[in-house]
Amino acid sequence: MKNKLFAVWVSLLAAFAAHAVAVDEKPLEDPALEAQARALMKEIRCLQCQNQSIEDSNADIARDLRALIRERIALGDSPENVKSYLVDRYGDWVLLKPPVKSSTYFLWGSPFFVVLIIAFLLVRRKQSQSVAAPLSADEEARLQELLEREQ
Amino acid sequence: MAGEIGHFALLLALMFALVGATVPHIGAARGNAAFMALADRAILAQFAMAAVAFAALTYAFVTSDFSVVNVATNSHTLKPLLYKISGTWGNHEGSLLFWVLNLTLFGALVSWRGRKLPLRFRSRVLAVQSTLILGFLLFIIFTSNPFLRLDPAPFEGNGLNPLLQDPGLAFHPPMLYLGYVGLSVAFSFAVAALIEGEVTPLWARWVRPWALLAWVFLTGGIALGSWWAYYELGWGGWWFWDPVENASFMPWLVAAALLHSAIVVEKRDALKSWTILLAIIAFSLSLLGTFVVRSGVITSVHAFANDPARGIFILAFLAIVVGGSVTLYAWRAPKLAPSGLFGVVSRESALVVNNIFLSTFAAVVLVGTLYPLFVEASGAGQISVGPPFFEYAAAVLMSPLIVALGIGPLLAWKRGNVSRSVQIVFPALIVGFVAAIVLVWRTSGDFVMTAFGLGLAAWLVSSVLLEIANRLRLRKGASIASALRKITRAQWGMSMAHMGLGFILLGITISEAFTTEELTVMAPGDTVDVAGYDFTFEGVAPIVGPNYTAVRGFFTVYEGETILTSLMPEDRVYSNPVMTTTEAAIYPLFSGDLYAVIGEAASSGRWSVRLYFKPMISGLWLGAFMMMVGGVLSLSDRRLRIGLPTGRKARVSGASA
Repeated sequence: MKNKLFAVWVSLLAAFAAHAVAVDEKPLEDPALEAQARALMKEIRCLQCQNQSIEDSNADIARDLRALIRERIALGDSPENVKSYLVDRYGDWVLLKPPVKSSTYFLWGSPFFVVLIIAFLLVRRKQSQSVAAPLSADEEARLQELLEREQ
Repeated sequence: MAGEIGHFALLLALMFALVGATVPHIGAARGNAAFMALADRAILAQFAMAAVAFAALTYAFVTSDFSVVNVATNSHTLKPLLYKISGTWGNHEGSLLFWVLNLTLFGALVSWRGRKLPLRFRSRVLAVQSTLILGFLLFIIFTSNPFLRLDPAPFEGNGLNPLLQDPGLAFHPPMLYLGYVGLSVAFSFAVAALIEGEVTPLWARWVRPWALLAWVFLTGGIALGSWWAYYELGWGGWWFWDPVENASFMPWLVAAALLHSAIVVEKRDALKSWTILLAIIAFSLSLLGTFVVRSGVITSVHAFANDPARGIFILAFLAIVVGGSVTLYAWRAPKLAPSGLFGVVSRESALVVNNIFLSTFAAVVLVGTLYPLFVEASGAGQISVGPPFFEYAAAVLMSPLIVALGIGPLLAWKRGNVSRSVQIVFPALIVGFVAAIVLVWRTSGDFVMTAFGLGLAAWLVSSVLLEIANRLRLRKGASIASALRKITRAQWGMSMAHMGLGFILLGITISEAFTTEELTVMAPGDTVDVAGYDFTFEGVAPIVGPNYTAVRGFFTVYEGETILTSLMPEDRVYSNPVMTTTEAAIYPLFSGDLYAVIGEAASSGRWSVRLYFKPMISGLWLGAFMMMVGGVLSLSDRRLRIGLPTGRKARVSGASA
């Protein structure tokens, strides 16, 4: 795990060596394009800082990726294209929203079938307990005894 | 010297825990009252020893005794006193010791407050609690001893992570731990009930305050952590669905389910084995959260150093506690006496709906948190499960819950009347729809999900108000003041907490959709308009703090011509260890927060800045606060305050109720 992270990191450094000069964080002129870029940034993982998106991270890599996304969107690339470009480079790992495919069906379906399982458990328990078991002979005898003692 | 005292106290605590975890069980099995009564003394002795050990460690931190490895690694002489103290629990070893301190404290409280519990049951509960303490003590002594010495002692320590040097984070972990450990009491009660094979309404009456207390602490801990992220990370984000955040959120969800299902056990003697299961799961998730995240299995900012010996111990301990209690449950729960009956439409059913959705959400958060591990283990590559997934799950599962929440409290126990209840909350339905439609109309259809969220929040808040009004209407003859006084604290507590949820939803929905943000470069004298507020940049000044230097930016905010406030965000560089942090400047208004962050110097005396207006974001903190107040109100209700009828009587009356 650590090694893999390191490899990703090194490849990133290499990939962005050209951009290493501090980039001024400037939104795109066109608000519609900026909105597209921002929506995409929310879905891209900052590779250095564990569970943050690049949209809200101070890390250098996050900043470089923000610059990259803005640049490509400004050049007229569609968000989908930019996304698949990033996935080609870094794998599905870079997406905070896991793609729907055979390995993630279980994940995306989980809210629905877990709710069914738990509902079934709770409702079934209730019904099965609705019927009280009849008293055994011993219990009958004991009940009789108790009732007599009461009187 | 303090180190040796602490170390010695830990070993003594271990001995007492060993006695406390075994002898009372023998006593209960043989009916030996003296053996059973030993449980109380054993737990008090453990508490005393844990307190001595913790005091010794705190002393070492406060006096900067760098001959203790733990202090040398995590403290520094220049650190402010508050963070020297909070440094005690701000590291792996110290946080475990803090856990033990709380486990023993809560055990001692059970012993003190539980004099009226039947001796046999109390001794079982305390013995289970001692077993947990025993496990933690073994873990500390063999793998994570905070009192190890360092020779020669260094002159200076490494210092505490600057991100942790913050009032929000100083109290965030202890609040969470108190919550986790509060759930240990519910767990011990559940296991003891399984061993004894009996769950009575009296049992629920005992468990519920603990679950409620734990939930209040968890709410506070989570809210503090979230608030910290909001002002310290400098991007205005407050929740990242990070594994560690999830680890605290799952027990919170299950504790919320537990404190609702315990009501059903208490009032109606139903849902008994389910409630036991929830108590077991809630604490198991707390353990999972504390341990697995720490062990480095899941990458997270919160993970402490990785050590294989710790990992193996953790797995074994989890297997014993979780596996053992679940096995015991599977074996004993079917033997519990059958539950009371209730109709499909009833308060009980509404609480069942609450339990279904809360526990499903907890399970789905668990699935999402662990899923990357499964996928990687199955060889399908690495994936990330981030906020988009969890937000989807929240929308799918919390929406029906909130709809049901508006009606549930109006239904009667046993058999409710839906049409009458709907009649009462009908105005709330209209308020919700109108709010949603107005929003869609005003934004020309761009914010459908936001409108949905706003509609739900409006529905929830107004239905809570209608429910209070309905309660007043039931006492027609009385004056309003006396009718208000007749509403019990538990009922006020419920209404407060539910309304708090409404405010949180409102805060999330509106701030997510309508935050105004300006990323720009400003020279002194420049003015930028953010959502109608003019931010004028006055310049920067260097600042020297106790263990950091900073650049402080000055902004004056105008609303029209009048000065509203000045904001002074900082960009700090800490010296030990070297690290940069941002301190956002925030000015809360009723309508939302003004939020400023100072970035880096750009060319020719200009500075990069981030300015935000975050509408309604205070709803989050207000809502969390209301939930806590609601919990405390409910805890102080007369029903719980006056204590309980003595064991024997209560059992009889409980059985016939």
